Amino acid sequence: MSTRTAAKGATGAENGNLIDDPRFKLIDRTLKRYQFQQDALIEVLHTAQEAFGYLDKELLVYVAHQLKLPLSWVYGVATFYHFFSLEPLGDHSCNVCLGTACYVKGAAEIVALLQEEFGIEPGQTTEDGSFSVATARCVGSCGLAPVVVLDGEVMGKVEPEAIVAKVKERLATRSPRAVAA
Amino acid sequence: MNRVELQEMAEKERERQAAFRCRLLCCASTPCLSSGATAVIDKLTNELKERDLNATVEVVSTGCMGPCSRGPVVTVQVQDQDDVIYENVTPDVAADIVTKHVVENKPVEEHVLPADMPFFAKQEKVVLKNSGLIDPSRLEDYIAHGGYTALAECLREMSPEQVCEAVTASGLRGRGGAGFPTGLKWDMVRRTQRDRKYVVANGDEGDPGAYMDRTLMESDPHRVLEGMAIAGYATGAEQGYIYVRGEYPVAAERLQRAIRMAERRGLLGSRILESGFNFRIDVRIGAGAFVCGEETALMASIMGKRGQPVPRPPYPAQSGLWGQPTLINNVETFGNIAAVINNGPQWFAEYGTEKSKGTKVFALAGNVVNTGLIEVPMGTTLREIVYEIGGGIPDGREFKAAQTGGPSGGCIPASFLDTPVDYDSLRALGSIMGSGGLIVMDDRSCMPDVAKFFMAFCMDESCGKCAPCRVGTVQMHRILERITNGSGVPEDLDTLEELCIMVGETSLCALGQSAPNPIRSTLRYFREEYEAHIRDRVCPAGACTMDQVPLWEYRTNGHAQSANGAQPETATA
Repeated sequence: MSTRTAAKGATGAENGNLIDDPRFKLIDRTLKRYQFQQDALIEVLHTAQEAFGYLDKELLVYVAHQLKLPLSWVYGVATFYHFFSLEPLGDHSCNVCLGTACYVKGAAEIVALLQEEFGIEPGQTTEDGSFSVATARCVGSCGLAPVVVLDGEVMGKVEPEAIVAKVKERLATRSPRAVAA
Repeated sequence: MNRVELQEMAEKERERQAAFRCRLLCCASTPCLSSGATAVIDKLTNELKERDLNATVEVVSTGCMGPCSRGPVVTVQVQDQDDVIYENVTPDVAADIVTKHVVENKPVEEHVLPADMPFFAKQEKVVLKNSGLIDPSRLEDYIAHGGYTALAECLREMSPEQVCEAVTASGLRGRGGAGFPTGLKWDMVRRTQRDRKYVVANGDEGDPGAYMDRTLMESDPHRVLEGMAIAGYATGAEQGYIYVRGEYPVAAERLQRAIRMAERRGLLGSRILESGFNFRIDVRIGAGAFVCGEETALMASIMGKRGQPVPRPPYPAQSGLWGQPTLINNVETFGNIAAVINNGPQWFAEYGTEKSKGTKVFALAGNVVNTGLIEVPMGTTLREIVYEIGGGIPDGREFKAAQTGGPSGGCIPASFLDTPVDYDSLRALGSIMGSGGLIVMDDRSCMPDVAKFFMAFCMDESCGKCAPCRVGTVQMHRILERITNGSGVPEDLDTLEELCIMVGETSLCALGQSAPNPIRSTLRYFREEYEAHIRDRVCPAGACTMDQVPLWEYRTNGHAQSANGAQPETATA
């Protein structure tokens, strides 16, 4: 198992004991809040994604088991919605809005420059797991087009060179990954 | 709380606010926050503390004031004076506002936005009446501005039937885009006899370029809750859901907080305003699927399933969530209800045109000087919106088209600038009102490229259930890609038109049915641009990289022929 999975998303499976991971408490809390009803599946997946960063297979199995749903059903819902990621994301993520207003104001150039500088396309993560690029269809801040969401922070009126510089700054200052034993 | 206590709370809050000589309202909606509003609010708070002015001056975080591209925006309210609106406020400008305007009563002229500029003067705020004036996190502020009086009026003075009649008489039509008469829909749900009914607010707002609902949910969440509660009373529902798309975390959080506050005060939950009416509202968060804006897909999502539409009938009014009658309306539609009840349906019907009553909130964006959120009466012309309110096209460029209705809509060229904006006029032009996104495009935009952009969107967002949409969008996109990279052939336009008809008529839901609209409308008004791409391999707007060539030209007799007319040796019949 790579150190990346161990640090980021492992659900404690390597020592065979799922419940040890404290992040499961967050999922359990959501399950209880919705009284383990099956129609709370999307809410539960949201919590799981927030807690673990992405939905790996063990997590889907756990959720399916708790809600008494078939794994295929949970997998079907997780893969339908754009928000849910079955692959780990980078430490830093850059979400470029490709809504109409942002497109008209040149968002495609931002994507092209990011692709050139970091070698990855939207939907991909860099080799070292530090950075991923994604596109959103509209984040609703069209008055400030073009918009980029960098690590959850909404930035408006973005110039392509400026955002590349900001990303490089973030990558330079990130702390080295804790390597799992 | 009962009606009397509601009034007392309103008076108490109004008195509390009147005690301040000066109030500094700072927009704290997502765009202004990302432009640095937090630093501005902090600076103002600190300056007031240092000068010991907290007893007479208040800083309030409000919702959206409108001119989003000029944020952070601050409104200074001084007693007995007109409001002064500041644009592009930085922490330094904020300090100046305190020293010059607050203390010495001299506004900081360089940053003042004149209140009589057409952007403000031409608007009529009904849905956005409180937006930018109240603190969305304080229930008392909403109540001080007349909040929940409409609900109290309905519960006390009106029967459910009378509420439905009032809404029908107002002429309010669904603000989500289709424009179905709201009162009629409410009455249909009311008359369906079942023991459990639901009210759903569609806050999915998937149209790229539209953010009216987000603004309403962030700036005035109680207005939406009140509208839903009135709908619940009118239709006989006791449970409501607000479906907020996942891209709007601030809106979801503000709504949840507003619900908790309202419940604590007996304005939601059991025995509302000490009557026999119960109504609970829960927020459901989306997960990034445009198709979930379609009502049957939305209901599937609320029920925890894949957001795939189902055929209608049965309509949600007969069988919706968990098979029960469900009323689904757009968030903006609910935003109108309190005003309709408080002021009466006749007042509402005075705004707008004969068939499209009331006002509409538009998100004006793209190549226009003043981008932001506006609310205008139905029937305002496109020219007024683009040139007067919007301030015209920047950089000395020419207006080319106004795109309305998002990926389900169309582009309107300059020759139709004097069209009044209402449901039927826009439909006649081949576009739709849609949810309110209005993107202005100048001569740098290439229309086939725009059509390709929207088709890529529909292709990505197609749920995949029905073949016409799943396959048709891919084929249309491929043709548009060829046209915009130089390898288009004349037959492509015929195939495109055929596909438009096929996908439009045979798709299961409105996503597929309206996916061809951008192509249809750009072909109708900008056909010569398509032909220039194909015939001359040139992009008149200069946006497309025309670096490919057509491979084979297929004549209608089925023989393959290369582009220079030579027949291959082994011809296939």
